[in-house]
Amino acid sequence: MGINKWFGEGQARTHAVKDVSFEAAFGEMLYVVGPSGSGKTTMLSMISGILRPSSGTVRIEDTDIWSLSSDALAEFRLKRIGFVFQDYHLFPRLTTAENVAIPLILQHREWHAAVEEAERNLAIVGLKERAQLPPVKLSGGEQQRVAIARAIASRPDILILDEPTASLDGDTGRNILQFVREHLLTEQRCIVIVTHDSRIYEFANRILRMEDGHITGVERSQLDAQ
Amino acid sequence: MSAILKLAGVLQIAYKLLINDRAKFAALLVGITFAVFLMIEMTSLFAGILSRSSSTVINIGASVWIMDPAVQTVANTIPLPDYVLDEVRSVPGVKYAVPLYSGAALLKLRDGTYQAANVIGLDDTSLFGRPQMLAGNIEDIFAENAFIAIKDAEFYKLQNPHIGTEFELNDHRGVIVGIARVASSALFGVPTLYTTYNRALQYIPNTRFTISYLLVEPKTAADIATIKARVAAHGYLALTRDEFVHKISDFYMYQTGIGTNMMLMTIISFIVGLSISGQTFYTFILENIDKFGALKAIGAKGRELVAMILFQATFVALTGYGIGVGLCAALIWIARSHLPDYAAIITFSNLAMAFVMVVVIAAISSYVGVRKVLRIEPFDIFRG
Repeated sequence: MGINKWFGEGQARTHAVKDVSFEAAFGEMLYVVGPSGSGKTTMLSMISGILRPSSGTVRIEDTDIWSLSSDALAEFRLKRIGFVFQDYHLFPRLTTAENVAIPLILQHREWHAAVEEAERNLAIVGLKERAQLPPVKLSGGEQQRVAIARAIASRPDILILDEPTASLDGDTGRNILQFVREHLLTEQRCIVIVTHDSRIYEFANRILRMEDGHITGVERSQLDAQ
Repeated sequence: MSAILKLAGVLQIAYKLLINDRAKFAALLVGITFAVFLMIEMTSLFAGILSRSSSTVINIGASVWIMDPAVQTVANTIPLPDYVLDEVRSVPGVKYAVPLYSGAALLKLRDGTYQAANVIGLDDTSLFGRPQMLAGNIEDIFAENAFIAIKDAEFYKLQNPHIGTEFELNDHRGVIVGIARVASSALFGVPTLYTTYNRALQYIPNTRFTISYLLVEPKTAADIATIKARVAAHGYLALTRDEFVHKISDFYMYQTGIGTNMMLMTIISFIVGLSISGQTFYTFILENIDKFGALKAIGAKGRELVAMILFQATFVALTGYGIGVGLCAALIWIARSHLPDYAAIITFSNLAMAFVMVVVIAAISSYVGVRKVLRIEPFDIFRG
């Protein structure tokens, strides 16, 4: 049995995710695609440990993440899951480097050491020279890369990207995904991307199609076929 | 690693989020500072008034004061018969007891103008309660027509007299033989003259009884209870210095409306401060709510987010408190240097009261923020 999620009560009760079950492997870049309202963001929230399923559970390696206490689950997310939010959610009052350092600071790393490591992460995404600027001084593509640098700061083995190209033009979006594919996808990491941008499907290993809360299809991409 | 050290990083994030949002930070500081300034200014004025209302008690400095039970303030004297003095002196625990005259008089100054004054008549034999001389000798008080002028905030109203300056009091000639100072100026804005008890009785019209107060020094503190009981048996009241000051303070606080008005102003200041700071802090939290949600999604624990908000509220409160106290102290200093009559004293009680109120403002503001932040679901961040 897969995971389910209901919202609301009585007549307003909505079955947002319906018996969804799938596996993802380390070294895989998995896309979840589908129209708005198909349940893909809800499903993404449940597998990343921030929205409790109404039924079913999520297992990452040997850990049933929904059996963890709230603190343990927060710790699990902090160390093993990196998030890139659709609107980036960068802190405009912090520098770019300080934004990237946040996961390290939450792991109780000393401030200066965390910021120095964040600067090294910014170098990975090509933004070292922007380290001391506030995010608002950066372009949309650059902010996206800062969000990616923050997501990989604590070296997570699962990377979750929510609509990573939604605010970017076509070329920038493709460049970002190419970068993610080439530099961040390793044998020890699984990347899950929610998108409805068909222009970037070519970077996926596997594509799950969702509609009306169900998985309606699974496709192997051309990359995997090669 | 201690809990504080573990939180050092998130508190630094909280600090930067707060102070780098200069507009909000300034608005929060203005709210708290304004509230603290008003609260301390109001209560300092009240403390100043209360202190001056007891100026005679403070300046004379006797340990025990004996009076008619109907006395409400030190200026509102009800004369005691002489036998009370004899009775008190006969109490075994009394080291000594002396009479004090305190009354009002109208002086005719050199230029022919009239000036009200407070006249203190010290016991002729002991001069108990004598002021600290600035010019002249205290013994000169026994000279013919001798008065000592007190150099306080009202001194200029006597046209800045010097030794030898003459005036008239009820058609009697008076001469200033010394200038002295006392610890506290009087409340009612009139200058003070010291003379002997007997001269005061000669110069100022009196009722049948003449002693304003009896000043008593007990042999030991334990004797005070006996003195009180003996005095009470004759229908009079014996109070220690602190009890008399409290009695006067209570009168001004509860029976004149001054205390009520000051309390209302202080409460209004508190409400204004709470409104400005609470509203601004709530807006600050609302504007950052998605960031707190993102932190929660990334892996921040609830207690870390609570610590961030409490730190921000506490930092703003303490900074605003410091600025407010500083501004108030500066205003009082400037006012006193230009207005000698200005009665305001910043006391530890005022500071403590304002601090407690600031803590309450910070607590209420942060409570609202904490509720909001703990309720945010990281899922909402994904949903946009």
